[in-house]
Amino acid sequence: MSTTATAPIDTQVQSPLAHLSEEQLEELGREFDAIRDRVMDELGDRDRRYIESMIEMQRRLAVLGRILLLASRNRGGWWAGTSALSAAKILENMEIGHNVMHGQWDWMNDPRIHSSTWDWDTASTAEAWKHSHNYVHHTYTNIRGKDKDLGYEIMRIDPAQKWNPVYLAQPFYNLILMALFEWGVALHDLDFEAIRKGRKPKHQVKRELKGIAGKAKSQIVKDYIAWPLVSALAATAVDVVVETRRQRNAPRGLLGRVKRRRKGRWAPVVEAALDSGSKTFRATAKADATANIVRNVWAYAIIFCGHFPDQTYTFSQKEVEGESRGGWYVRQLTGSANIEGSPLFHVASGNLSFQVEHHLFPDMPSSRYAEIAPQVKDVCERYGLPYNSGPFLQQLGMVQRTILRLALPGGRPRPKPGPYRGESNGNGSGH
Amino acid sequence: MAERGAVPNVPRARQRALHAVRSLFTPLLPDDYLELINPLWSTQELRGRVERIEQETPDAVTVLIRPGYEWVGHRPGQYLRIGIVVNGVHHWRAYSLTTDPGRPDGLIGITPKLVDSGKVSPFLVHKARPGDIVRLGGVEGTFVLPDPPPERLLFISAGSGITPIMSMLRSLDRDDALTDVVHVHSSRTADDVIFGEQLRDLDSRRPGYKPHLQLTGEAGRVSPADLDRLCADWRERHAFVSGPGEMLDALVRHWREEGDPELLEMERFQPVIGGDAVAGEGGAIRFLTSGLEAECDGGTPILVAGEEAGAELPYGCRMGICHTCIGKLCKGEVRDLRTGEVHGEKGEMIRTCVNAPEGDVAIAL
Repeated sequence: MSTTATAPIDTQVQSPLAHLSEEQLEELGREFDAIRDRVMDELGDRDRRYIESMIEMQRRLAVLGRILLLASRNRGGWWAGTSALSAAKILENMEIGHNVMHGQWDWMNDPRIHSSTWDWDTASTAEAWKHSHNYVHHTYTNIRGKDKDLGYEIMRIDPAQKWNPVYLAQPFYNLILMALFEWGVALHDLDFEAIRKGRKPKHQVKRELKGIAGKAKSQIVKDYIAWPLVSALAATAVDVVVETRRQRNAPRGLLGRVKRRRKGRWAPVVEAALDSGSKTFRATAKADATANIVRNVWAYAIIFCGHFPDQTYTFSQKEVEGESRGGWYVRQLTGSANIEGSPLFHVASGNLSFQVEHHLFPDMPSSRYAEIAPQVKDVCERYGLPYNSGPFLQQLGMVQRTILRLALPGGRPRPKPGPYRGESNGNGSGH
Repeated sequence: MAERGAVPNVPRARQRALHAVRSLFTPLLPDDYLELINPLWSTQELRGRVERIEQETPDAVTVLIRPGYEWVGHRPGQYLRIGIVVNGVHHWRAYSLTTDPGRPDGLIGITPKLVDSGKVSPFLVHKARPGDIVRLGGVEGTFVLPDPPPERLLFISAGSGITPIMSMLRSLDRDDALTDVVHVHSSRTADDVIFGEQLRDLDSRRPGYKPHLQLTGEAGRVSPADLDRLCADWRERHAFVSGPGEMLDALVRHWREEGDPELLEMERFQPVIGGDAVAGEGGAIRFLTSGLEAECDGGTPILVAGEEAGAELPYGCRMGICHTCIGKLCKGEVRDLRTGEVHGEKGEMIRTCVNAPEGDVAIAL
């Protein structure tokens, strides 16, 4: 790779499609179109069963979590309930919510599982998210200045982004974003730049803010008031029964009678019930908060590994002028990176571990990405293109290193792996 | 958005209870969890469970369905919109209800006949099984028996056109009103007669029911002129006719020339939408959401032209009933393929499945 320190940033990394002629790009576009058409033509019962069973599993997990949390003042109950609820929230957010709202299941023509009707359990409204994600991010993927998901406008994730002293704080707010990711995304959907420049009408901003407030309210009521209350009531009911029974079996002699008279017959019952009620309320609220944070951290990790690891390319607006369909495919391909892992890992990541395939075919059912990955690799190999991929911790590590490094001025693009050379040769590091 | 089932008749107490606890389930509804136990419990849309499937002829079955909530009722002769999943995809179709509204077991039935090139009828005839869940849409149609029923009736049906008539016959039978009914039914062979056994049963029990079965494979078609022979007083009877388009057209002409058109009611099956390319002007369609353009002749619905051009458009019934496919007309005029009427003001919501462009149009879809 020919890079010099003095070259303008845009040319530090050679464009991944520089070696392809227009005809080759056109042919590549046709090949990717063909992969898509083959899958879309064959969608049927098997795919429907997949998403339906995923939705069913998610709902069972949520019910299980809520039931276990009725006993949240018990340590085991708390941990088991929090785990089940976290898993349910992760599935709901990623494999189900994200993908349904991409329209991946619209072909089923099912009014319940449809991008136009789906809503999810996060802070973003479906409408705002579909605009900022499906349209802005998926269309302008990794184009600097146009893809607002590139650092989410608050982080310097690419050396070509101009440094600003605010970025010194990015290692810290990175951690906050990690924990509160859903809120970060919801605010990001508002598009502050557009608001500042007056490109967004006031009434729209107002409507969107109202939408977020509505989502916030329903999440707060559900997770921090209603369910804790249900748990508290359940725990109180159990305690009243237990305590009443104990009272009935209390010593009947003179001593017992004296004790009872002093404290009153029902005082201990009420006291115990109130005590366990408030403890359980707090325990369940804490469990729900934990589940939300677990989901946020997980979503953050998977999503940051999608476009910010070292292997991915970013593009200047000039580079993509007059981009062809083939060029668009190559940008999606090289701007994204996969995460290697087990089938369970892929499901947990909403199959965003197949970020490359997802960006090539955003509306293809996610369950098909694993299946087409070999065909995508084959295209990469024949056209001399990279197929970005790596293990989870390595990818996440690279992203964190970039965030730390680019908090300071300067920085250069990381070396790129070069063309994919088949499974046996690995896909190499920079060379 | 895809078409939904009808709003079910949910008892008030249950509605209130579900409403009270909904904040525990947001953004979903309590229904979404109840459905895990029984899909019929959804209060969001009416569903039904296939209870029995009865073979009527080698290529027609009666599917008996138990609705999730108390049946809203129908008038004999009406049809039901029903949503069925075939190979993962939800399809909506309209079928005449062949059961009568007074059934004590509360079941409703449709009797699809196999259409080889179809998607839904092969599934219902060959693959559907008791226990399958279907979505139930609204009950519609104006081809119904008046209440009270006319004293003298004439039914003329052919092939699967007998389905709405069967509901009427059953209803008249249940109400002891089958007192003076002439029924001329045509079928290709004896084996093809849908409800053959039930018709024979009516014939034996009800002296007021006078059927004539014409096997067209041997005896040829019934022509309007045959009516004088088959039912001498046809001019005085309230006639209900149901069958293929050509038969209906011939009968309409006959009634207009020799009878009283006021006394003729009919049901057209599978409304032919479009197909006649020179019926209208046609034009270019611009779909504003996708930016796609499509050329469309005067006989092709906007929906079909758009799909052929690769646009992903919402659709439901594809016959102008359910309004799933509506889009805002931003420019130009359209022609309704069912009536030939040209209409369209800027901003009007039009059904893409039954309208063709009349000149160039733009639609916000």
